[in-house]
Amino acid sequence: MIAENAPEVVIDVHHLTKSFGGRKVVDDVSMSVRKGRIHGFLGPNGSGKTTTIRMLCGLLTPDSGTGTCLGFDILTESDRIRRRVGYMTQKFSLYQDLSIRENLEFVARVYGLPDPREKAGAAIERLGLKGREKQLAGELSGGWKQRLALGACILPEPALLLLDEPTAGVDPKARRDFWNEIHALAAEGLSVLVSTHYMDEAERCHEIAYIAYGKLLAEGTVDEVIEGTGLVTFTVSGPDVHRLQSELDGVPGIDMIAPFGTSLHVAGRDAEELEKAIAPWRDRPGLKWEKGEATLEDAFIDLMRRSEDNFR
Amino acid sequence: MSANGPNNSNSNGNGGFFGRFWAMTVKEFIQMTRDRITLATMIMIPIMQLLLFGFAINTTPHNLPTAVLMRENTDIGRSILAALKNTDFFEVRSVVTRAEDMDRLLESGEALFVVEIPEGFERSLRRGDTPALLIAADATDPVAASSALGALSGIVTSALAGDRQVEFAEPAKPAFEVIQHRRYNPAGSSTLNIVPGLLGTILTMTLLIFTALSVTRETERGTMENLLSMPIKPLEIMLGKITPYVLIGLIQALIIIAAGILVFQVPIIGHPAALAAITALFVITNLSIGYTFSTMATNQLQAMQMAMMFFLPNILLSGFMFPFAGMPRWAQWIGEALPLTHYLRVVRAVMLKGAEIGTLAYDTAALAGLTLIAMLIAVRRFRRTLD
Repeated sequence: MIAENAPEVVIDVHHLTKSFGGRKVVDDVSMSVRKGRIHGFLGPNGSGKTTTIRMLCGLLTPDSGTGTCLGFDILTESDRIRRRVGYMTQKFSLYQDLSIRENLEFVARVYGLPDPREKAGAAIERLGLKGREKQLAGELSGGWKQRLALGACILPEPALLLLDEPTAGVDPKARRDFWNEIHALAAEGLSVLVSTHYMDEAERCHEIAYIAYGKLLAEGTVDEVIEGTGLVTFTVSGPDVHRLQSELDGVPGIDMIAPFGTSLHVAGRDAEELEKAIAPWRDRPGLKWEKGEATLEDAFIDLMRRSEDNFR
Repeated sequence: MSANGPNNSNSNGNGGFFGRFWAMTVKEFIQMTRDRITLATMIMIPIMQLLLFGFAINTTPHNLPTAVLMRENTDIGRSILAALKNTDFFEVRSVVTRAEDMDRLLESGEALFVVEIPEGFERSLRRGDTPALLIAADATDPVAASSALGALSGIVTSALAGDRQVEFAEPAKPAFEVIQHRRYNPAGSSTLNIVPGLLGTILTMTLLIFTALSVTRETERGTMENLLSMPIKPLEIMLGKITPYVLIGLIQALIIIAAGILVFQVPIIGHPAALAAITALFVITNLSIGYTFSTMATNQLQAMQMAMMFFLPNILLSGFMFPFAGMPRWAQWIGEALPLTHYLRVVRAVMLKGAEIGTLAYDTAALAGLTLIAMLIAVRRFRRTLD
């Protein structure tokens, strides 16, 4: 692939809306993902991440909105999208009563790959599952199930991966391996949209999008998203910071307080207001105030809180 | 704009319709063989049902509990009693003299039949009158009652004929005689009729359930989401899910027919190939209908209930339980829409009468038609999205 100044867009959707039983689960979401990028999709539970991903691969029909996935219309060309997109579901959805090899061969055959046996064998080797290929998928541990699911996803050599919380319930080592694999795939030109809850995973993405209550609240690089919230943060450490939290709670000018171990993050959108608000506590003995950068988590908690306010 | 990934070929390669159909077939076949208990059940059900039905069900009953109400103690009365005791049709449990006892016996079910020899029966018989012999039957089981009633008059007639004392009073011979000829089943054996019937019934029941569960199972296990995100089409999924079970259906049919021949000496007069062909078609019909239910149900329980709802009229209105010709017109119309009706006609004709499939074009076409309709509905009903 030749490096391009304006990389092509693999996901380009506008104003997607989807309701279930009269409740808007996805509300006017527009989003774009560029080729070869890892796009993180963040948001609390029930925020509409899964629904959005399903609309992208043709598993759900949007109530309104338009867009393309790999250049194909998500409304009319879902058959062609299916062939080029690897979708990894949140819950393990390969056949538990089939062996590792049988599952992979099934995928290879469905996608019409030449020599499904050989393709499955190669995938087994790449996954490091050699010798265990006759094991039933249902007997695998969470981490191995996730590896197998990813292996099945990339077997037909898709151009785009849609991963729905792939690392939920997986141990840190397996998570790290998983992300290394994702980065290796992206380096080969594969585009990835991955939803997650984990902040460290979000920071491993090229770009992130934050969705809450069905609305896309922020999109961009990690720094852009943090900057976009305009948060100024102070980190307070010292004894009894937890009592401090209840004292600070509700003071005008403070938009967010969150404990982090033995310290407290106190953030506000307006720097002057914030300084004014915390002034009475700044000289309390034992407390150490430090002005710092807002973290991604601060940004998300703030975004979520704000959207809750709007929602009420 | 070329958004295709590297090496991403389109539908060429060895894919296409057949490749995807085959992928599904292999997958379903493996899953079928992994489910050992279901598989064993499916082989055991035909054998058990056949033995139970074949041995236990006989519409010509034996040893029906009978009572005799003797209002007079005469020679004729005694010879009727003796004749009743001699048949294995009836088992004379008690002889009573009072009408109240008769009512009590019938009510309590101790006797299904009571033969009443009225007072003055012998005298009026010798006089040449036509005295009435009352037979009271518990007709709550009409099948048992009617065949026994038919037998009873014959027994009494021959009992009286053998009694020298009433020779002079022999009733005039009827003006004509009815000669019965039980064709294809000279012994009137009900197992001969029941084995082909059971073949159809067992296949209907087990095959409907096989495929009725197939789509809902994927939904309930969460594998449907993955399957739908792959480039496989509803027709390919359906054919792939049906195909392995055609094999099971044919094995079941083979077991039933073999048991029918070995245990019940049911003949196969027609061509075995004709029997195999029509059975295969019938197997596919039922699998398609079961699959159609599966596309309509939202869970396995619902699918099971639908299959049972469909199974019941198949048993009742197909001519398996009750003679088809005796049903009211509307019931016959419903019966015509059921695959078992057509299969029973064909399979009885082929097994017992030696008919060729060619002469059974209507029923064969009806089965094929029902299959097509079911498949059409299934493919249209199959939801390709999770909406």
